[in-house]
Amino acid sequence: MAEFKLPKNSQVTIGKSWPRPEGASNVRAFKIYRYDPDTGQNPRIDTYFVDMDSCGPMVLDALIKIKNEIDPTLTFRRSCREGICGSCAMNIDGINRLACIWGMDEIKGDVKIYPLPHMPVVKDLVTDLTHFYAQHASIMPWLETKTNEPAGEWKQSIEDRRKLDGLYECVMCACCSTSCPSYWWNGDRYLGPAALLHAYRWIIDSRDEATGERLDELEDPFKLYRCHTIMNCAQTCPKGLNPAKAIASIKQLMVERRL
Amino acid sequence: MADVNPPNRPLSPFMIGPVYRPQITSVMSILHRVTGVGLTLAAILVVWWFLALGAGPADFARVDGFLTSWFGGLILIGSLAAFWYHFCNGIRHLFWDAGYGFDLPTVHKSGKAVIAATAILTVLTLILAF
Repeated sequence: MAEFKLPKNSQVTIGKSWPRPEGASNVRAFKIYRYDPDTGQNPRIDTYFVDMDSCGPMVLDALIKIKNEIDPTLTFRRSCREGICGSCAMNIDGINRLACIWGMDEIKGDVKIYPLPHMPVVKDLVTDLTHFYAQHASIMPWLETKTNEPAGEWKQSIEDRRKLDGLYECVMCACCSTSCPSYWWNGDRYLGPAALLHAYRWIIDSRDEATGERLDELEDPFKLYRCHTIMNCAQTCPKGLNPAKAIASIKQLMVERRL
Repeated sequence: MADVNPPNRPLSPFMIGPVYRPQITSVMSILHRVTGVGLTLAAILVVWWFLALGAGPADFARVDGFLTSWFGGLILIGSLAAFWYHFCNGIRHLFWDAGYGFDLPTVHKSGKAVIAATAILTVLTLILAF
């Protein structure tokens, strides 16, 4: 059911303002969502001040600087720092981004950082992605074959391989699914843009032999058809992919196979 | 590792506006729904008008008086704009259903075209009506 307000235990309060760096002239304020599971208190927004003259250009650079120099308890996921692992996905300046490849010059005023929207928060900017990953697993993200294994590899023509472009690049950062209002309100049963993009990636793979079963699995009012072509997914994808288009292609295949 | 006893975790903020910046994509989608619901209510209004017509001159004068008052007029002009918005954006949705117009620049362009067309058609209808 559509909800528009946060539950009581999730309502955000105003937190602490951390000291400004001394002797710095180029200071920027960061308003960051904090939640400490050990205290059990409501989440809060802490304000940090970062000396931009001694900070790298990306949002992740500032987060790491805050953790190193101001507040070591600030918690977030990060790994590759080049947009390939998808760990540092978060809501930056009102839209889901990868902190490592989002430049602070793109942001006007204070930098506001929240965890990915409408997800259970483990701590600070770390959300619980268990359900998101389970949905990905449910679409069978692997090659299903029935014919005997060839002596060499499963081969594919250049044209067939090209069909996977714009799909295989997904890093499962969850920016798209957590930007989707339909996923916020039906995420328990609607698979969401990320899982559906992956579903399509295997459906149109020329080597896969379970296309029918895959489509059967998705023929469901919630799993697939809660996509209302809102297009927030494509709007936010840090890799420039288009989950909405992949979902529309699945819907088309559903119609075509009935004809 | 998954928690055996998941703690009572807070839900991260998501509200469009204060937390998630309104996008042309999401705002136009929600408007499509709002205008759809609004048009259903507007249709009931028109039926009310016809019913009053059948019920006799006194009833008709009362309902007609409301609908031609400034407030009634505001509702009708709003319904007219809602109709054109829903109509134009519906065509946009038909293109999407047919598999066209999904790349982001096109989505932005078609969105702006729908807003412009709604304004033009609403004004045009009003000019033709009066």
